[in-house]
Amino acid sequence: MADTRRPVSPHLQIYKWQVQMATSILHRATGIVLAVGVLLIVWAMLSLAAGEDAFNQFKVCMGSPLGMLVMFGWSWAFFYHLCNGIRHLVQDAGAGYAISQFVRSSWASVVVSIVLTLLVWAYVLTAGGAA
Amino acid sequence: MSTNAKDLRNPLKRARGLGSAQSGVSHWWTQRVTAAALIVLGLWLVVTVLGLMHADYAAARATLAKPWNAVLLVAFLISALWHAVLGLQVVIEDYVHTRWKEVFLMVAIKFLAVLGALAGALAVLRIALGA
Repeated sequence: MADTRRPVSPHLQIYKWQVQMATSILHRATGIVLAVGVLLIVWAMLSLAAGEDAFNQFKVCMGSPLGMLVMFGWSWAFFYHLCNGIRHLVQDAGAGYAISQFVRSSWASVVVSIVLTLLVWAYVLTAGGAA
Repeated sequence: MSTNAKDLRNPLKRARGLGSAQSGVSHWWTQRVTAAALIVLGLWLVVTVLGLMHADYAAARATLAKPWNAVLLVAFLISALWHAVLGLQVVIEDYVHTRWKEVFLMVAIKFLAVLGALAGALAVLRIALGA
């Protein structure tokens, strides 16, 4: 182990909450959710390849209230990770590092991801979907 | 590098912890490249799935059997699982501080990801080739 007498950085509870902290943590959280979500897509592929009974079983699972909740959560996680990921790519290119831009782009990730999620579900519901 | 022929130590033994192994940026860079691919492939997947909302088994299968859809779906699965492994690796490195648990989780996510990619790709191939 390293020398434990060295000064340590203050931990989370010391800081005032700022939107950049939320977007950073949400990026990790949604990333973990999406990693599990990919396995759902693999399951969909396996059931589609396995035959009509297996696929109908999959559709029943996804159409159940719990399944719809999972799909709703997955869709927001996807759009959030997408928007914030694009934001990070822009920052990796060296742009948008002024604090005001940083805060603004953080809010943009949150707001745009919610808008996209609602648009998709508005489409699903008005198209009479729900699997 | 050792110029002493009697020195039987592996060069890796000298390098470990002492300097660059010249592979530092590959993780970072691969994460960005898969991210860029997933912007396109992820949006394509969402649009495709929304288009399948009212599809029955035969229609869903026929859609995914189209060559471009099959290719893009396999591309999505590989990039998504690759990106997931790189991302989860960073999370594990940050939060799991017991060495054996860290190594176990790192290997486990790689096994799971490869298994998921192979199973998903085989399922798509079965659908595309009509098996």
